[in-house]
Amino acid sequence: MSDAITEEDLLERIRNGDQAACALCIELYGTQVYRLALRLMKNEADAEDVMQETFLNAYKSIDKFEGRSGLSTWLYRIAYNAAMMRLRRPSPYTLSIDETLQQDSPLTVPKQLFDWCCLPEKDFETSEVREFLEESIQELPEKLRVAFILRELEGLSTQESADALGISADAVKKRLHRGRLWLRERLSDYFVEQQIPG
Amino acid sequence: MGHDECRHLLDELSPYLDGEVSETVCAEIEQHLSDCENCRVMVDTLRKTVYLYRNMPQPEMPEQVRERLYKKLDLTEFFLPQAS
Ligand SMILES: [Zn+2]
Repeated sequence: MSDAITEEDLLERIRNGDQAACALCIELYGTQVYRLALRLMKNEADAEDVMQETFLNAYKSIDKFEGRSGLSTWLYRIAYNAAMMRLRRPSPYTLSIDETLQQDSPLTVPKQLFDWCCLPEKDFETSEVREFLEESIQELPEKLRVAFILRELEGLSTQESADALGISADAVKKRLHRGRLWLRERLSDYFVEQQIPG
Repeated sequence: MGHDECRHLLDELSPYLDGEVSETVCAEIEQHLSDCENCRVMVDTLRKTVYLYRNMPQPEMPEQVRERLYKKLDLTEFFLPQAS
């Protein structure tokens, strides 16, 4: 939030139908909403729809916003719900693998031992690695994915993430941890493969 | 080194990396790490994973997408093209 206007002022103006305030809200929070939508929906067209729906819903229900969490957290919540509605729409062509993943099964100790953490820095800075990082997020099981995105990529606190997702702080921590472990495994496979001369 | 201890440690790793464990637990973990190569690699690579994600470039909203959002919300008159 800029110094020029407080969140309270912004809300007040949006509630009063001030269009310039609505535009300012887009400038402040549009990109973050779009990023979340993109990573949840996995394609730009659906991400755009989700983002538009998010702002439409937000302005429509701005009177219901209680201000317990910040405006930004509230927008994430609306975006997440909008994305989930779309993703859960039954389609004959897609089968969600998320439901079949047992997210509460005990963690197993991975056997992967290659310590790729200390590879030369340039090995991590290629566009191929960047793409792999992004793709891997999108392959995370849904519940882990959204917790990981909010905490690690959007920089929300545990409590803010919990508010955005409507779950407990403890659940956020568990999902973040599982998400990290899951991604670490994938990156390990990736970097091990990179080491095999071919 | 007992496998159970490694598994127990695995649950604590995120709180450990985030500095959320008590001093006692922290000392326990570090003691274990000094004896267990597996877990040490695990911690190193998990920390690196978190680091890579926190530092990766974030996708931006394309200009046309932003413009269409303004249009959808009937705010076209407030749309300002982004200075590049
Ligand atoms: Zn161990």
